[in-house]
Amino acid sequence: MLTRLVCVCVCVCVCVCVCVCVCVCVCVCVCVCVCVCVCVCVCVCVCVCVSVRPSSSWWSNVELGPPDPILGVTEAFKRDEHPKKMNLGVGAYRDDAGRPYVLPSVKKAEAAMIAKNLDKEYLGIAGMAEFTRASAQLAFGADSAVFPDGRSTTVQSISGTGALRIGAAFLARFHKASNAMYLPKPSWGNHTPIMRDAGLNVQAYRYYDPSTCGFDCAGALEDIAKIPEKSMILLHACAHNPTGVDPRPEQWKEICEIAKKRQLFVFFDMAYQGFASGDSDRDAWAVRHFVENGHNVALCQSYAKNMGLYGERVGAFTMICADADEMKRVESQLKILIRPMYSNPPLHGARIASMILTTPELHQQWLVELKGMADRIIGMREQLVQNLRKEGSSRDWKHITEQIGMFCFTGLKPDQVDRIIKDFSIYMTRDGRISVAGVSSNNVAYLAHGIHEVTK
Amino acid sequence: MERPSSFAEVPHAQPIAVFQLTADFRVDPHPSKVNLGVGAFRTEDGLPWVLPVVAKTEAQLARELEESTLDHEYLPVIGHPEFTRLATQLSLGEASPGLQSGRAAGVQVIGGTGALRIGAEFLRRWWNPELGGKCPVYFSEPTWGNHLSTFRDAGFTDLRKYRYWDEACRRLALTELLEDLESAPEKSVVLLHACAHNPTGTDPTGPQWLQILDVVKRRNLFPFFDSAYQGFASGKLDEDAAAIRLFESHGLELLCAQSFSKNFGLYNERVGNLVIVARDSAALACIKSQIVLLVRAMWSNPPSHGARIVATVLGDPVLRKEWSSSGLSYPGEACVPDGKWAHQHVCSQFTQPQLCCRVYPRCSHNYLGMRVVHHDYGFQPL
Repeated sequence: MLTRLVCVCVCVCVCVCVCVCVCVCVCVCVCVCVCVCVCVCVCVCVCVCVSVRPSSSWWSNVELGPPDPILGVTEAFKRDEHPKKMNLGVGAYRDDAGRPYVLPSVKKAEAAMIAKNLDKEYLGIAGMAEFTRASAQLAFGADSAVFPDGRSTTVQSISGTGALRIGAAFLARFHKASNAMYLPKPSWGNHTPIMRDAGLNVQAYRYYDPSTCGFDCAGALEDIAKIPEKSMILLHACAHNPTGVDPRPEQWKEICEIAKKRQLFVFFDMAYQGFASGDSDRDAWAVRHFVENGHNVALCQSYAKNMGLYGERVGAFTMICADADEMKRVESQLKILIRPMYSNPPLHGARIASMILTTPELHQQWLVELKGMADRIIGMREQLVQNLRKEGSSRDWKHITEQIGMFCFTGLKPDQVDRIIKDFSIYMTRDGRISVAGVSSNNVAYLAHGIHEVTK
Repeated sequence: MERPSSFAEVPHAQPIAVFQLTADFRVDPHPSKVNLGVGAFRTEDGLPWVLPVVAKTEAQLARELEESTLDHEYLPVIGHPEFTRLATQLSLGEASPGLQSGRAAGVQVIGGTGALRIGAEFLRRWWNPELGGKCPVYFSEPTWGNHLSTFRDAGFTDLRKYRYWDEACRRLALTELLEDLESAPEKSVVLLHACAHNPTGTDPTGPQWLQILDVVKRRNLFPFFDSAYQGFASGKLDEDAAAIRLFESHGLELLCAQSFSKNFGLYNERVGNLVIVARDSAALACIKSQIVLLVRAMWSNPPSHGARIVATVLGDPVLRKEWSSSGLSYPGEACVPDGKWAHQHVCSQFTQPQLCCRVYPRCSHNYLGMRVVHHDYGFQPL
């Protein structure tokens, strides 16, 4: 670390000068002289130097990172003192009283687990085997052919983000045919940084049609058909984030066909299984269809929303492989990627999830509570549309009930969003996305009023 | 399959030595088998051990969850605020000039490994802009197996060693260590073990740390500490953090990867903290903001459970006392007699026991000085 020196010097100089002067006298009393002097000086300097802490850090080149738009919404919301303020930013489920909801089945599993006084030993790199097995069965169906074939490997991950990062890192290292990952336009904001940091090159295909607030099927199929062969494509399995717009089954079939023709590697992100329609098999339909039709997919699963285990970071990453031998090789390489990232995953949440998935009564209880969450969201969508009609809005708001999952692309433009925040203290991201989970029977009328006022 | 898989060429990775060792140990039928591989504490009966204060705190947390005073909501990206505050304070000490002037802070991460990885990712982008990933990083010879992989996967390509272990004399090779750091290019990164060096169990003494500090300062090397055994090495928390605090007191900026796996026995809850000491608070704010971006793209936000346990214990004077007295001393003391026990028992298996030289009774690993034979995946004793 360079230490800066501040020095104060006092110098004493002795000079010997030899001057040659040429004088020109203009008149009797005025003379102009020009002298050229050569001086030799000997100076003695005494310096006192003080070592001073550098005023700038080694990090003076580090830029301040951009603020996270979603967290920014929450921060602004917290500062606001409006009595009717609403936070429709962060995607975490809230009950009808606007409170975080810990599922009773989760509470029961957690209490039972802590009472068992299990040890805290390191898990293997791939995590808790009972959990990963149950997680894969939940996704693909217990009777899926991939299991007896031994073609499926699942590793526990740090929720959905961790699964995405492991998957992207694996593809960046081993998917030699292409480095390009195609994301739908728009996609979850964090997809791009994850893919980029993992070393992939991010591209896009059309997905959302702002004129209908629905799925741009023609645009998507056209773009996917043009994707260079053997590229990678990311699909949201259900409850697309941020739009809430999902393809219908016949549209999924078309995407499946084109992706096969282009030999695309299919990378599914499933963060809302069971949370979208209330039916976990139905929400996994697209994933299962692709697998049954010859795609060896990668799948990211999260239990943040569907089990409310947000902060415990419970997730899984699966690769469906060509055969059992490839599965073993792939699995070994996934471990090589995980170990230098965080060694092995956290156990607590996985134990809860595993107990729920593998204990029949708890599993049933969970499915009922999951449906309860999904139903409340669907109910809020319906109430919002009804209230907008009551407000006298002449616009077509059917996309609100046609979209699915936690998020809704209202169709509000950025300037309308700015107004609804400023005038009504209703907080959402500037793309017009609202988290329907933040809507309750207490505030849905106020929300409808605000939306109507800024869009009429 | 009509066409070859995209992954037909994926090679089978070498098993990771320490885990393969445990796997082999499990299937070994020998009645007196001993596993001296994985660094996790074992009781006299060879069993894992949950600290009583941890079990007590977990039961308390369970009650709070039941009563809905706690939930499972997301933590902030940089983690549980009380945890990071208390963890950083544990490492740097209450008298830390950095903490007192608001230019030191912690970021909660996934275990010590997570701290190393995030720290390395940050350094690769921001420490030495001209070199980036080509900036040399120095590790002790030997070092924990995962150190190099962590920095490599973070994008560093020039990984070097500084001599550390004097094989012949079974001690720290200080002269060679200082020589190697002296010849390191300016602005190299140096990974230092704060205490209980893994795997040798041998640490520099106080005066030796001063000499190391001197070279680091003169050569403008960036110190990155790995602190996985605070309290576990000597049984004394402050003593085990002395090296880090020494460097801080001399005005250096540094990173420290702090793990609570061993000293809280929370191995599988992945409780870690990346300590950052910057020269001023503006720099700290910038650093944290960049680390937020790195974390968000890797795991979004850290797990809650383990951090809550540590924050609860460190934040409650009674629980904290219980932890630092009985919680740490059992493993700390056990390591000393255990070290000798291991020496006697293991060496009796050898045909030439005199090859097992001195055992340094520090922490959970002791470099027994066994002659090794390279097996196909690592090493096993003769």
